[in-house]
Amino acid sequence: MIGIGHYVTVSSILFVLGVLGIFLNRKNVIIILMAIELILLAVNINLVAFSSYLGDLTGQVFAMFVLTVAAGEAAVGLAILVIYFRDRGTIAVDDVHNLKG
Amino acid sequence: MITVFAFYLFAALTVLAGAVTILARNPVHSVLWLIVAFFNAAGLMVLAGAEFIAMLLVIVYVGAVAVLFLFVVMMLDIDFAELRAGFIRNFPLGMLLAIVLLGELVIGIGAWSVGGIALGTPDGNAAVPQGASNIEAIGLLLYSKYLFLFEAAGVLLLVAMVGAIVLTHRHRPGVRGQNISKQVARRPDEATVNVKPEVGQGVQL
Repeated sequence: MIGIGHYVTVSSILFVLGVLGIFLNRKNVIIILMAIELILLAVNINLVAFSSYLGDLTGQVFAMFVLTVAAGEAAVGLAILVIYFRDRGTIAVDDVHNLKG
Repeated sequence: MITVFAFYLFAALTVLAGAVTILARNPVHSVLWLIVAFFNAAGLMVLAGAEFIAMLLVIVYVGAVAVLFLFVVMMLDIDFAELRAGFIRNFPLGMLLAIVLLGELVIGIGAWSVGGIALGTPDGNAAVPQGASNIEAIGLLLYSKYLFLFEAAGVLLLVAMVGAIVLTHRHRPGVRGQNISKQVARRPDEATVNVKPEVGQGVQL
């Protein structure tokens, strides 16, 4: 039977994949943002699994708020990416320290 | 039996799609695999009995966030080969860190499954009501106990929307826009003239 341990294992693997994605694609902001989405997805799976395990709906409500934050973060992150690209014609984040003001 | 099979199918596909998302050469493929990962995670959540979050995942993540990513990836003319230059160099450190992190998590799960560690016990404030569907129960909770948090989430989305518009909006000089006050202030006597051209002379405008 499928227990809470199975869900936590899947979500931890997904979380580690997200962290690994940030490390492997350090120059490409788009992939970094996608990796952050993977991490938030792992968090959501964890919250929902524990919510159903404990019979307590707080976890699912909280997963909804995480989803809200993820959507807002993606929108603002991609907007920053677009103006950064417009400014310098590349999205390599090696020289982001030039961003001032 | 079918539940176990479905769980392993969804779990395997979620992990596989997540791995391909971070490893794919082409960012468009990355976004598409991310969508696969979202769909399978939604399947996992249905199996856990959270239909509302599953639907939200498909609507918000696949319908909005992934499409946003797809738009940006396809709109910007980026040399992605150049961006992959550090991939091999970062690989050992990233793998080391990932293995350490995964090892820690596995040890944590293993320590729990041996037994003796109690997970938090619910206080009963948000218990699932008898006979209510998942969506009904969440609605009851969200519009009573978490009402202000819910409103705050709405304000957060509004701020994010305004922020994204303000960031990407640019003022372009030389663009002819509509000047409504000028249009309203226009009078017939200054806008029209009555001319009587002679035959064969044409009209001077």
